[in-house]
Amino acid sequence: MGAYIVRRLGLLIPTLFLITIVVFILIRLVPGNVIDMMVAEHVYDSQQAKEEGAQQIRHMLGLDVPIHVQYLRWVGNIFRGDLGQSMWAQVKVIDEVRHRLPISIELGLLALVIGQLVAFPIGIYSAIRQDTVWDYVGRSTSIIFLSVPGFWLATMIWVYPSIWWNWTPSVQYIPLSEDFFGNLRQFIIPALIMGLSGSGVSMRMTRTMMLEVLRQDYVRTAWSKGLNERLVVMRHALKNALIPVITVVGMGIPVLIGGTVIMEQIFNLPGMGRLMIESLTQRDYIMLSGVNLFIASFVLLNNLFIDLLYGYLDPRIRFN
Amino acid sequence: MNTQIVAEEPVKNQYKRRTFFADIFIRLIKEKPMGTFGGAIVLIMLLAGILSNFIAPYPPLEIHPGEFLQAPSSKYILGTDNLGRDLFSRILGGARTSMIVGLVAPAISVLLSLFIGGVSGFLGGKTDMIIQRFVDAWMCFPELIILLSVMAYIGQGLWQVVLVLGITGGIAGSRTMRGAVLAIKENAYVEAANAIGSGVPRVLIKHILPNIMPVVIIIFTTRMSGAILAEASISYLGFGIPPPEPTWGGMLSTSGRRYMLQAPWMVLWPGVALSLAVYGINMFGDAIRDLIDPRLRGGLGRYEGSKINKARVKKLAVNK
Repeated sequence: MGAYIVRRLGLLIPTLFLITIVVFILIRLVPGNVIDMMVAEHVYDSQQAKEEGAQQIRHMLGLDVPIHVQYLRWVGNIFRGDLGQSMWAQVKVIDEVRHRLPISIELGLLALVIGQLVAFPIGIYSAIRQDTVWDYVGRSTSIIFLSVPGFWLATMIWVYPSIWWNWTPSVQYIPLSEDFFGNLRQFIIPALIMGLSGSGVSMRMTRTMMLEVLRQDYVRTAWSKGLNERLVVMRHALKNALIPVITVVGMGIPVLIGGTVIMEQIFNLPGMGRLMIESLTQRDYIMLSGVNLFIASFVLLNNLFIDLLYGYLDPRIRFN
Repeated sequence: MNTQIVAEEPVKNQYKRRTFFADIFIRLIKEKPMGTFGGAIVLIMLLAGILSNFIAPYPPLEIHPGEFLQAPSSKYILGTDNLGRDLFSRILGGARTSMIVGLVAPAISVLLSLFIGGVSGFLGGKTDMIIQRFVDAWMCFPELIILLSVMAYIGQGLWQVVLVLGITGGIAGSRTMRGAVLAIKENAYVEAANAIGSGVPRVLIKHILPNIMPVVIIIFTTRMSGAILAEASISYLGFGIPPPEPTWGGMLSTSGRRYMLQAPWMVLWPGVALSLAVYGINMFGDAIRDLIDPRLRGGLGRYEGSKINKARVKKLAVNK
């Protein structure tokens, strides 16, 4: 296991380096007119003052030195925990992220838990009752969950309950520290929508893997020992079937992050996704690159964690 | 010995050799009713998209003054929006946009993933190592995040969306393609081709490419629904295809959200159309995947209880 971890960590470094390159290029691609736009925000007395203003902005964006110096300076700052400052407001990117992150994590975790709580039982049942009516119902449900876009479902939740029962979800964000149940009530609807659309993938994976494992010799042995179905399925089959499912769940994390962007927008939750949309509409490229870097590093660590977990659960991977 | 050969002949004659696509098509209709249903939806969508200019009762951008926010009626079967535009015509226009996105973006993805995955898998070694680190880094950015960020730089529009979706899908798909190329490369016929002195292009085109077709089809069908949903999501967030162009995601966006309580049909129909389209593509794609995945092909191991296999068993038994 030790050698495996070292090998995986070794791969982390070049990937992290390339991530910083991608994010860095994204800042460098800032259209020139943004500087003009920022200059236009201020009133300058003379042409010279305007030039100086533009120069100042270029300096703030770190655009006034050769490109490799720009990169090294930027990476150096990151290592010191400095992601820069918002282009419009006097806030540090890192502070803003620190405020927004817990909200997105809460939403994402809730969605993940709900999704798997729906997916596993249906997936397992679908597999052990293959080609029965309930199998078809389960599989159709998973495809429907996959097909109905979350943002439309969310829109429908704003429209119809309001028309029929005069009820709308809370517009104001309720912090967890202020009102626990109020907060949960607010988060549960977007989490449910995200969870259900996420459940489709792991539901199908669970079913496929269960079907494969149920045909293995050791499962036949378990049956012939006279064990009951619950034991065979839960103890012998499920354990092995779930290993690949974990990878699929892990690979679903980036999709989940995309989901939080949309849901936070619809349900007025001031999380990371909201921050991203705000910086996009305000053309706050520094904030945007900070958010991008943060999300990409998060996904990278997530992928590493999934790989290590997979290696831990499945010895065949480790010794390959 | 002799009798055995005679007995086997009728079995051979029963399965006439058809071309790959004809075989898939016939088996789809025979074995996969839900897949056929999905395929029918896709076909209707395609026709609606292609013929939208002829079957739409009004031009999708035509404003009917004084007839805004009309409920569905015989004149406007799906109602009108806040500018008095006919929603049915706009839905058809949206079908056209979605079809362009759903066909062109996956085509770009497939070509790109063929190129990246092919080079990486076929050449192997250091090249593979380097390319894979780039792919790793890229895949750390959730698709929606990449889409939103890049759209902020290159500007909004149909072809920009198609291009970006094609590239993101292509890089993600290159992983699958690389795996497939690695597997095919190990086959004896590739070794034989190398042994008789075939050059790299010949091996790639004559041996690798035909055998990789199933993977190409799978990537294409999965990317179809992915691209359509992604386009709808970013247009919904206001960063995709700008108004007044009719897109399903866009129709659910700003004006749809503003008037959704007075005219719920404005946000109902685009979502229904979108869900139906994605549902159809998913069903169709699933069926196609089942039909061409060699691991699931033939054999009595799968769907032991299903009618088709029972029939096959019976047929084989009769022939014996």
